[in-house]
Amino acid sequence: MTVLTLVELDGGELADASLRALTLARSIGDVNAVIFADAAPQNTLASYGVTDVYVIESSSLEGYAPQAWARTLAGLAAETGATAVLAAGTDRGNEVLAHLGAITGLPMAANCTLVTPDGGQTHRLVRHRWAGLLLEDAVMDAPVALFTVATDSVANVSAETPAPIQVHLHKPELAESDLLVRAAESPAGAGGASLATARVVVGGGRGVGGPDGFAPLEELAGLLGGVVGVSRVVTSEGWRPHKQQVGQTGTKITPELYLACGISGAIQHIAGCAGAKHIIAINTDPGAPILAHADYAVIGDLHQVIPALIQALRAR
Amino acid sequence: MEILVCIKRVPTVGGKIAVTPDGQEVDTRASGFSISPHEECAVEEAVQITERAGGSVSVLTLGPEAAAEQLRGALALGAHRAVLLETDGREFGPIATAAAIADQVRAHPYDLVLLGNEAADTGDYQVGVRLAHELGWPVATGIKNLTVADGGVVARREYRGAEEAYSLPLPAVVTVKEGINLPRYPSLPGRLRAKRAPVDRTSPEWAAEGLRKQALRVPPSSKHQAEVLGEGAEAVPSLVRVLEEWGVLS
Repeated sequence: MTVLTLVELDGGELADASLRALTLARSIGDVNAVIFADAAPQNTLASYGVTDVYVIESSSLEGYAPQAWARTLAGLAAETGATAVLAAGTDRGNEVLAHLGAITGLPMAANCTLVTPDGGQTHRLVRHRWAGLLLEDAVMDAPVALFTVATDSVANVSAETPAPIQVHLHKPELAESDLLVRAAESPAGAGGASLATARVVVGGGRGVGGPDGFAPLEELAGLLGGVVGVSRVVTSEGWRPHKQQVGQTGTKITPELYLACGISGAIQHIAGCAGAKHIIAINTDPGAPILAHADYAVIGDLHQVIPALIQALRAR
Repeated sequence: MEILVCIKRVPTVGGKIAVTPDGQEVDTRASGFSISPHEECAVEEAVQITERAGGSVSVLTLGPEAAAEQLRGALALGAHRAVLLETDGREFGPIATAAAIADQVRAHPYDLVLLGNEAADTGDYQVGVRLAHELGWPVATGIKNLTVADGGVVARREYRGAEEAYSLPLPAVVTVKEGINLPRYPSLPGRLRAKRAPVDRTSPEWAAEGLRKQALRVPPSSKHQAEVLGEGAEAVPSLVRVLEEWGVLS
């Protein structure tokens, strides 16, 4: 069974979310990858068990055009006889697979954590509802199963035996209408590490007290090689920009460490940080819900604990 | 500018989420309902556009009779007309939902349809895109900044640290995300007007889809109640030891 997987790049490397999608794809069948780039990171793809990669060069399609990407996947799915087409559950992955579902008339299941072929045209799957606060057991009946992979719930594991990989340069057949909507890209601001892929996230909530209270969190994040994330109340109060929000309606994070400071832990926030490997809460309230999701807690005022922690780290 | 905003009634979940004993729904005995967050921002965005450029805002939901409450919520925020696509309690899949909305759009001269990027409950991430394909209209998703100009819209979002801008001719479908604006609180006159406003009703046809829900469940948690390292700044040495053990400090 051939499983066609759309993979994305992040800063020249295969995106972590795509590696997770490849890990799930490998459990279903023979993995063929599709990449929209001038060159494929062949070694990484091979180490995740990809046997064939289809490279769509910028000479045939420059820039991101979701419908054109979906049309390309539809063509390749037919050509390879794929029984499933998947992508990482990123903004682009979900968008392209939604287009593919609309183009083909097939159902699409977003943010799956497990997919198992069950004979014939049936797949059994588990997918996120409520951004992962609930799981849905579902059955998909379709000649080609379309789905995306919940990037904060599936581990990133390379294959035990890397496959020899074949590279195919592919020119998709596109209609003009497929290219009508396309991204004009411009670098945004100073950039810096992205919240979604940061190794350490220092989170600030209502306990920070106001827009002026974030400097120590920024300093701590800098010392730990991480970034600052915030809870929903912080963005709805206008203390920090929405792009720093961790949660169901913000960004889902997968750091090694999430240090949640002055965050009570509403369920929508937990949906955003449950993919963290380790969580430490700093909170004045020993009964705060966040403590039920954390490994360790410090009971106290973040305005005392964080400066002391900064001092201790500087003294090391 | 004639704008249609599609919203969804979802349970308001706070500290905890639970499933009914038959595993088919979220247990709402102890919760209220609200407009899914991205869609509340879609209503606000539509109202702001018509405040600047004129026109009117219609708001639509597909759901049970009780979803009229969320339509009135949107009317209180400044929407002008409300349409309820009333269901018999069965959950509509994304394909049937998009088809039912498309029927409404074909019957009215809308310039722009706004939806949330994904509903808070089902998280299907596709109704807006399927609607656009049904209509043959262009679509942009996950939008956090929208400007109207020269018979079109420019829709912006951020991806991996870079800003993406999409130029769409009208009519078009745009799905938005929280953060595009801060929704206003409904005014008292707004709430009074909403209470009296008529709600148009029709009953769309339910259809089976290839993706079928079997059951919902709460995922097993890998975490237990946190171990308390100590109180205040005195806990910092233990905290640093834990970070060292985890290899976070390099």
